[in-house]
Parts: sequence; C-alpha cells; structure tokens
Amino acid sequence: MHFLDFNPKQDFHLLFLSFVLPLIGYTIQIFFGKKLPRRGDWLLTGFMFVSMCITVLMFAKSLWAAYHGQEFRHHSGLEADLWFHWLYSSDAAAAGTSNVSAAIYYDALGAAMYAVVGVVSFCVHLFSIGYMSQDKRYHIFFANISLFTFAMLGLVLSDNILFLFIFWELMGLMSYLLIGHFSHDPSQKFFHRWATQACKKAFLTTRVGDTCLLIGMVIFYQHFGTFNFNELWRLAQEEVARNGGEYPTWMTVAGLFVFGGTVGKSAQFPLHVWLPDAMAGPTPVSAMIHAATMVAAGVFLLGRTYPLMSPEVLSIVAATGTFTALFAASIGTTANDLKAVLAWSTISQLGFMVAAVGLGGVVAGMFHMVTHAFFKACLFLSAGSVIHGCHHEQDMRNMGGVRKYMPVTFACMLASTIAIAGIPFFSGFYSKDLIILRAWENVLGGHFDGASFFAAVALPVAACLTAFYMFRLIFMTFFGEYRPGTVPSPFAHHGGHDEHGHEEHGHEAHGHAAHGHAAHDHGHDHGKDHGHGKDHGHDHGHAKHAPAVHAHAAKAHDAHGHDAHAHGGHDEHATPHESPLPMLIALCVLATLGVFGGHFWPADLGHSLAFWHHAHTWFETSVSLESLYGASAPLERELLGHAGHTAHIVALSVSLTVASLGILIAYLIYGRGWERSQRIAGKITGALGDLYDVVKNKYYVDEAIGCAIVVDVDAKGNRRYQPDASVIGWSVSLGLALNWVDKNIVDGLVNLVGRTGRSIGVASSHFDRVVVDGAVNGVGLVTQTFGSVARLVQSGRIQQYATFAVFGGLMLAAWLILL
Amino acid sequence: MGLGAYVAVSAALFALGIVAILVRRNVLYVLMGIEMILNAANINFVAFDRFNQSASGGGGLEGRMFAIFVIILAAAEAAVALAIVLNVFHLFNSVKPSEADLLRE
Repeated sequence: MHFLDFNPKQDFHLLFLSFVLPLIGYTIQIFFGKKLPRRGDWLLTGFMFVSMCITVLMFAKSLWAAYHGQEFRHHSGLEADLWFHWLYSSDAAAAGTSNVSAAIYYDALGAAMYAVVGVVSFCVHLFSIGYMSQDKRYHIFFANISLFTFAMLGLVLSDNILFLFIFWELMGLMSYLLIGHFSHDPSQKFFHRWATQACKKAFLTTRVGDTCLLIGMVIFYQHFGTFNFNELWRLAQEEVARNGGEYPTWMTVAGLFVFGGTVGKSAQFPLHVWLPDAMAGPTPVSAMIHAATMVAAGVFLLGRTYPLMSPEVLSIVAATGTFTALFAASIGTTANDLKAVLAWSTISQLGFMVAAVGLGGVVAGMFHMVTHAFFKACLFLSAGSVIHGCHHEQDMRNMGGVRKYMPVTFACMLASTIAIAGIPFFSGFYSKDLIILRAWENVLGGHFDGASFFAAVALPVAACLTAFYMFRLIFMTFFGEYRPGTVPSPFAHHGGHDEHGHEEHGHEAHGHAAHGHAAHDHGHDHGKDHGHGKDHGHDHGHAKHAPAVHAHAAKAHDAHGHDAHAHGGHDEHATPHESPLPMLIALCVLATLGVFGGHFWPADLGHSLAFWHHAHTWFETSVSLESLYGASAPLERELLGHAGHTAHIVALSVSLTVASLGILIAYLIYGRGWERSQRIAGKITGALGDLYDVVKNKYYVDEAIGCAIVVDVDAKGNRRYQPDASVIGWSVSLGLALNWVDKNIVDGLVNLVGRTGRSIGVASSHFDRVVVDGAVNGVGLVTQTFGSVARLVQSGRIQQYATFAVFGGLMLAAWLILL
Repeated sequence: MGLGAYVAVSAALFALGIVAILVRRNVLYVLMGIEMILNAANINFVAFDRFNQSASGGGGLEGRMFAIFVIILAAAEAAVALAIVLNVFHLFNSVKPSEADLLRE
C-alpha cells in the first residue's frame, strides 16, 4: 500500500485529531492564555500548524486517488465503525430509523475545502501574531479564531446536515464574537462603537437565514427520516423517480428554505447587509471568516445539498447569485475604505459561486470557492498589512505610493488582484471562466431559461466591474505619491499603536478647521482623557505644544496639519512601514496558492501543466458530480450539437475581454496620477448624478430595511444618513415594497408560527393545569390530610404521650401473654 | 401470706401510680405517682428476695440492695423533678402538665 493511499484505520483518527486540536487549544487558551508566555499565541499557532499539516497530507491523498482513478469517498462510520452516536437507541437502530449519529465524511470536495480551511486558518494565526500584537485581548482573540477553526473543520467533515448546522451555528457565534472583538476595547474609539453594533447586525441578519435552513432541514427530515447526506441524496433520487422524474412541490419548498441558509451565511441579496459591516472586526478575522471560510460555508452547503434542489430552486439560486454578483460589484466601485472594497468584492464573488451552483455547475462553484478562499484571504491580509503599515488608516484616498514602502505586501496583493480579476495563468481565471462557461453552455445548449440568460449577460459585466474596482484599489493604494490626511478619516488614531487616540470621527462634524492645528496632539499626554477632541483638544494642544510642530508635518501637510501618523514624535514613522516577518510569510504562502491554485497540478500525470482551461484542472479531475454524489448524482444536462465547443470559445473570449476592459478603465481613470483621477472621477460621478449617489449609498438597502423593519439601522452609529429629496423617492419606494413583503409574507409567516405556537401553548397549558397541577395538588392534599391526622397526636402534652406509651406497653404485654 | 398477695399489692400500687401520672392535673401528683411506681417496684424486689431465699435456703442480698438503690434513686429523682417543676412554674406560671406543651413545637 502506497503511503498516499487512504488508510481508514489510521486516517480517520488523524482527521479527527486535526479537527479537535484547535478545540483543545481553545480550552487551554481560554483558561491559561493570559498566563502563558507570549499570551499563548505560539501554542495555538503550533496546534494549527499540526492541523494544517494533516489537512494537507489528507488532501494529497485525495489528489493521489483522483489521479489514479480511484473513488475517494470515505465515511468513518461505514469503513472504520467510528460513529458518534447522538440521540441514539439500539431499538431504533434495529428498526433503521430516527437515530442521529454523526461520522466523518471525507470526499474530494471535503478534502479540498478541509485543506483550504487548514491553510488559511494557519496563515491567519501567523498573521495575527504580528497584526494583533498591540491588542488588549490578544489571548482571547487567538482562542476565538481557534474555536472558529474547529467549527469550520467540523462543518466540512460532517456527514449529516444536522451536525453541519450545529457547526454552522457555532461559526455564527464565533463570527459575532470576533466582529465584536473591539467592542470590549473603549480605546479603539471608532471601532469600539461600530463593532458593538456590527456584531449584533451580523448575528441577527444571519439568524434569519439560519432559521430558514433549520426549517428546510426539518422538512427533509420529516419526509426522509434522516439527516445523513448520502441517505438524503439516495432518498431524493428515489423520491424523484417515484414522482415520474419531477421534483415534488415540498422538495422545492424545503430546498428554498435550505437556500435561505446560504443567503444568510454567504451574504446574498437581500441578507448581504451584514457583511460590509462585519469589517468592524480585526482584519485577520475579515480574511478568514468573512472572505475565505465562513461565508463560503453557505456555498459548501449548496454543494452538499445540490441533489436535493429542484430545477425551480436552482433557477432562483442562479438568479439570486447573479444579481448579488452584479449588485455588489457595482457598489464595490464606489467604496473608498480599503476593507469595504474587499467586502463588496467578497459578496460579489460569493454571488458568482452561488450562481454557478444554480446553473448546474456545482463543480465550477466549488472550484471558485477554493480559489477565492486563497486569493481573497491574501487580499484581506495584504490589506491588513497595508493598514498596519499606514498606522491603521483604511481610507484609500489617504494612501497612495505605498508600494515603495511595502514591496512584499505590494507583490502579494498585486498577484491576488490579478487572480481575482481573471487573467489567465492565475487561479481566479480558471474558476471564474468555468462559471461563465457554464452560463453560456446553458444558453447555447438549448436550456434557455431566464436565469441562465441573465447569468450569461450579467456575470461577465460583474467580472468586468471586479477587474475595475480591484485595479482601482491597486492604483489608489500603491501608486502615485503617499498622501496622508487628504480627507478626514475616522480610522486612524486608535489602539496602542499610537500614543494619542482622540475622537477622530468627531472631526467630520466640525469640519476642516480643526485640522489646521498641526501640533495639537504631538507628544501630548492622553493617559487620562482619551476621549477628548473637538475644540478642547486643539486649543489645549495648540497653546501648549505649538513650538513642537515638526518641520516635516508643517511642510508636507501644511494644508492639513493634521498628522494621523505621528509616533511619539518620530517623523519617519509617519511614512508607511513594511510589516513584520510572520505577517509576510502568511502573505506569501497565500499569494503563492492564489496564483497557482488554479492549475498548478497536471490534469493527468502524463501531461504537462494544465495551462489551458479546457484541459482539466486538478479540481475538475478530483471533484466531479460523480465523485461528489456517487450513484445519487443528478444527471448532467445534455448539450445540443456543438454548443459545448462554441460555449468554450465564447466564454474564453468574453472573460478575457471583460477582464482587460476592467483593468484598462481602471488604469485610464486611476492609473495616471491622483489629481487627474480625482478630476476624471468627479466628471463621471457628475455625469451619473443621482445614480452614483444611489450606488454609493449601497442602493439604500440598509435604509429600506430600516424603514420597513428596524428604526435605526446605521451600524456605524455616528454617521446617520440624511436623505435629500432625490433619494427619498428611492428609499421610500424600496421601503414600501419591502414593507409590503414584510406585512404580507414575513408577518404572515411570523403570525403562522405565532399561532401554531399559541395553540400548542393552549394545549400545553391545559395539560399543565389538569394533569401536572392535579398531580402536584393531589400529592399535597394527601400529605396535608395525613399531616392533620398526625398532628392530633403531636399535642405536646406529656401526659398524652405517656398514655400512648402505657397503652403501647399494655398491648405489648397482652401480646406476649396471650400468644 | 403467699407471694401472690405481695405482688397483688405491688401491682395495685403500680396501677394507681400510672393512673396518677396519666390523669392528675397537678404536676406534684404526677411526681407522687412516680414515687408510687418506684415503691411498687420496691415491694416486688423485697417480696421476691424474701420468697426466693426461703425457697432456695438462704443466699444473696441482691433484692434488698436493689430496694435501697431504688430508694436513693427516688430521692435523687425527687430533687431533680422538684427543680424541674420549679422551673416549669417559673416558665408557665402554672404547675399543670397540660399547659407545659412546648414539646409540640
């Protein structure tokens, strides 16, 4: 047996080990983390390294099997009798129903995802050592990302949808805790308040989707009596066959509910609103949870439940995904916050994956999930590195020219940007091209339905926008001259990174005047009053420290003396600096995977590298409908004539055209100097007028939901939106529409649930009154009766007691004598 | 007179004592009842001692010794009991046993 052959006896234990190691680490860390040297980061990173090695080894085994044409679908329960019995009875086992038992299910898709999670999580641990080093809750942060990793690994290994759901919820909780990481740290000024609200928003919004998933799951369980994926696939196939090849209506309904879970977790329209605000969390968290793993779990769920989805559901999935991809990409073009661009990009890319599954290209969707995890994690970590280097500035308008100061970060970010933009030989091209190909195959192959047509047109547009906004980001951040303080930014001045942390976002309210006073916080002792600012702050500083104005600050930023980057008086620190080594290692690992993740493996061992997309990439070799679902795989749609070939050519030319078009536009606008870019961008936004405002304000979805459901939706708290006349119409009409949905559908559902709950409640209360209360009162009454009888004896009169004693003695005597 | 007569007297005395304890409403009579029971026991001791000796032809002093013990015991008991009665009287301002019913608690 080759050492890369899967050995059930040993490998399931290894898999289990890799999955519980982060949990063990978490347990140690949560109790002893504060006391450990370096607050325990080495421990968890070490554990994670071991886990990663196992995940990669196992992944290698899956590839080995794929290239040797062996089936790679392993179930620990069936092969090694390793079960976790939960809600288990042997009677039910004998009857073959209603037992909930979990086991490890490890197939090619699981192996790929498992390795992705392991590698990304390790990189994020490594990165956090540098990035979070100033954090007050450093040890808690590490504990939380470890527990998150545990949950994500568990989700991937689950062989049943119930345990997937349990880990899914655990991830939701960890996401909540990690988004809200800064909410415990009042010195983080801006993030403190934002994080507090953003974590609640994320938790509650995803809860809507999770409830849908739970409902869908229960409907399937009610009909099929099992949570196990393999069983579900088989039973679904039988059910469809019994129904004459058509999916029954209840499966459509249940499938839609399950898709609701994806909508919530993977931030699809209209539940996408939480993801941009999730950027309030630390950047490594954004990289891992909100880009690479957790949000991809929704897509992973679609991959696992694909055979359960009826064509109607898939159309809706495709339409939702396509719409989200286009919608989020358009917003991404207007964002100025570095992380916000990436957040919208993530939503857009998730839309691509969801659309792919909806179009029947489940392999393409999963492939994009894997490649996206690498390059997006790398993008986020690079962004984190830039933010770290620029002293926690996040606004791209205040950056520029950073490539001179941070060459490694620049190289990694550029590579990942090329990957996401879809340039050949970089991973993103292969997966995105497969998705667009899928859409065109459907259109040209005679499966002309609305969703496919929409996807075939809209996805390339979204891809073009992707290339545009990603290169806009690169040009704005890395090219030109470094220009700190161009616009007032709420981000800088927080944390232990600089000594002074004053209420920066207050400046927006009282305008530029405050920034004229260059020295107002140089070397100022803020130990006592961190929250000062406004007039008091600058008066004080000005009077006392005016002589300390640094020549550099006065010269370079004379218009905006506000110097966001002063480091206790060292001017040199005002320029960005490259990040420490652990962060760079993490970046390079991810960038390498982001570049080569698409095609690095030969399609079959005899051939050279799979350079061209119609040669199969490693992912298509190891993951196919058959390897995913075995005998229960839904049939591939037959294509008409040469449709497949034509689609290849169309898709290839389309995706190449849109990618280069996007990059070209980005260069024309942003690549030729900052002033010129502002002039051109100003003209364009002027021409677009209200439309630009609508996009800029994220289509007012937040506000619309706010009108319909919540009173105050502004998660950042300090910048409440003031609508002007031209947008009130938009806002109100969307609001009215959503209000109608809310009144008639949401409320209807809520009321239905409510009424059901109420009738159960009435029955339960009746039962409670009659039976339970009856039993309790009965017991009481009996006791009371006996008590009151016994009480007569207990009179306290000594003579009465003596009488009883004497009579007792007499009776004893009588008994002795007479018998 | 045979043993039966002594035992009969003793039994009568015992019964009277018991009745006194059970029915008298003054605690001093109750104490008297106790003394009567003790004396009933003494009569038994002495009577059996006497008849046992005449039947077996001489022997030990056990019966008589026990009678003396009982008399001493009765004296001690009377002293303690009267002290208790005194305290009961202080506490309840009464010497009726029916009113000292704190044992009920």
